[in-house]
Amino acid sequence: MSERFTKGMARNIYYGGGMFFMLLFIGLTVDTVVAIPERENRDMLTAEVEHGKELWEKNNCVGCHSLLGEGAYFAPELGNVFDRRGMGNEEAFHAYFSAWMKAQPIGVPGRRKMPQFNLTDEEHRALSEFLIWTSRIDTNEWPPNKEG
Amino acid sequence: MKYASQSVAKPYFAFAMILFVGQIVFGLILGTQYIIGDFMFPEIPFNVARMVHTNLLIVWLLFGFMGATYFLLPEETQCELHSPLLAKILFWVFAAAGTLTIIGYLAVPYATLAELTGNKYFPTMGREFLEQPTITKIGLALVFIGFLFNVIMTVLKGRKTVVSMVLTTGLIGLAAFWMFAFYNPASLVMDKYFWWWVVHLWVEGVWELILGAILAFILIRTTGVDREVVEKWLYLIIAMALISGILGTGHHFFFIGAPEYWLWIGSIFSAIEPLPFFMMMVFAFSMLKQRRRDHPNKAAVTWAVGCTIMAFLGAGVWGFLHTLAPVNYYTHGTQLTAAHGHLAFYGAYVMIVLAIISYAWPILHGRQANSLQSQRLEIASCWTMSISMLLITLLLTAAGVVQIWLQRIPDDAGALGFMATQDAITVIYWMRLAAGVSFGIGVFMYLASFVVAARTSEPTEPLLAEGAMS
Ligand code: HEM
Ligand code: HEM
Ligand SMILES: [Fe+2]
Repeated sequence: MSERFTKGMARNIYYGGGMFFMLLFIGLTVDTVVAIPERENRDMLTAEVEHGKELWEKNNCVGCHSLLGEGAYFAPELGNVFDRRGMGNEEAFHAYFSAWMKAQPIGVPGRRKMPQFNLTDEEHRALSEFLIWTSRIDTNEWPPNKEG
Repeated sequence: MKYASQSVAKPYFAFAMILFVGQIVFGLILGTQYIIGDFMFPEIPFNVARMVHTNLLIVWLLFGFMGATYFLLPEETQCELHSPLLAKILFWVFAAAGTLTIIGYLAVPYATLAELTGNKYFPTMGREFLEQPTITKIGLALVFIGFLFNVIMTVLKGRKTVVSMVLTTGLIGLAAFWMFAFYNPASLVMDKYFWWWVVHLWVEGVWELILGAILAFILIRTTGVDREVVEKWLYLIIAMALISGILGTGHHFFFIGAPEYWLWIGSIFSAIEPLPFFMMMVFAFSMLKQRRRDHPNKAAVTWAVGCTIMAFLGAGVWGFLHTLAPVNYYTHGTQLTAAHGHLAFYGAYVMIVLAIISYAWPILHGRQANSLQSQRLEIASCWTMSISMLLITLLLTAAGVVQIWLQRIPDDAGALGFMATQDAITVIYWMRLAAGVSFGIGVFMYLASFVVAARTSEPTEPLLAEGAMS
């Protein structure tokens, strides 16, 4: 590298640039945090939805599934499962979801297996409330289609 | 070895290698479950094997970074570590916490582990890569703090080189961003947003400082190029890493509920992220060209230079491939993501840790380099692992393309479901598994090279030439 470009200049770019962009990032983060409640419908984030998220985490669902495209890629995306299976009908989705959870693991040999988590009906309802709430987050139109 | 306290690096490196083997074993289990869905079910469900696979990866890389730090810090600062005893104690604490956590994953259902560890009082579990029980997370934070204390005290009393300062800054950043692992709000969007402050700001932020520092150290030692030149490069590389990588976090905010402007900011800044990786590659080759000595440890040089190439491919090329929002719209959370994750982690972080182990291990055993026989095997293991990982990446890329084609691009009526799409990819998954086995053979060759070294290498006078280089 040329001699006119000194180590001191490189160091200043590092400290100056690093600091500047971290501050900018924090600024944008503040704006994002302010914008999120409306985009995720925080007024609809009920205690039941919150409980659903706890159950989602406690059973490590994200270890096989993705949620809004993040997680594992072994099993279907669930951020839009309400749109895929519920046909816009919450009660139908609750019924479908509870039946699905109770049917696991499905006994087809060689098929990828979902474990039996032994949850109660209330817990199924909380989980499906969480998934319904998630499906309504404004995700900039993602996923491209209902298959997720 | 010039400083007695450098030897605390040994158990860190050795334990890292044990965990690496475990990681690969579980990788092979995952690869099999992708094809034979009920393989090892219900004893080891996929999610359990996956946690073990990814957590072992992260933990052994952390062991590797710590070992690297303990090895290079005395040489850089020209004084002994502040407290070798603390380093030894922390090794056992970290190793015990890690082992217990993995046993916990395997011994009981995850929900039981959450109950046993009181997750409901301070819920942090059940998020990708952050599956550890809260007490493990706290333990890890304490280990980081003790480790940083040791590092900072050593740096303060000794010579302050750019390498040691950059390394220290990187390690402080690593500990600082870990704290976001404890933030788990009820809002999924907030949770996801700050989850990336650990994950992205680690691998595309502060870890790059650690990578750059270790790489610079190895290149200084093996090429004998003037520090002044190396330091200028190092500053520029990490400057570009932060300038692109911090706002580049936005490439994860496209579709998780964050505002639309991230589509632009994330795309533009993350498109610059390949640059620091490209510079690392140019840096390594230019140092080799200007070298003033031929270091006998060819294996370490192979790993270090290979690291810059593979990191550029994995992070730079495969990262860029899916980082623009209109592309990511279709690729988000597909096998393409897994392809990139594998090559990037391998190229950047696995290879740099193997490079420093390769450089340090002979020195820690009183010789400058291993025997030719051992090095030949080690270099062959580097090629085996790297080619296998490239194959895994290419195959997962092919799988991703098929998945996107069948499942993502068609409209609601025409799109194939997830499970049916996976069935259509089975053949590619078989080939990936074969490439995985071949990767495992590479790991075995790597470990075998150390056994060969122990049998065939003559201890030499400890490195008189080295003194003149620093
Ligand atoms: C024997 C070789 C390997 C095989 C067969 C393998 C297989 C797998 C599988 C099946 C997954 C889960 C994908 C999913 O969520 O559906 C996975 C995840 C992962 N593996 Fe491996 N793996 C191997 C080696 C490695 C190595 C050497 C590394 C590190 C360089 C690595 C790093 C990762 C990472 C970072 C993830 C998470 C990926 C993501 O979230 O996108 N694996 N692996
Ligand atoms: C060594 C550095 C890097 C490592 C270790 C790494 C690793 C990973 C991993 C493991 C994931 C999957 C995360 C998950 O499970 O959700 C990921 C996602 C991603 N990475 Fe990287 N990465 C690196 C650098 C880069 C760079 C430089 C770029 C861009 C140029 C990039 C672009 C992306 C994008 C766009 C995603 C999201 C993929 C999706 O939407 O599914 N990465 N990375
Ligand atoms: Fe990223």
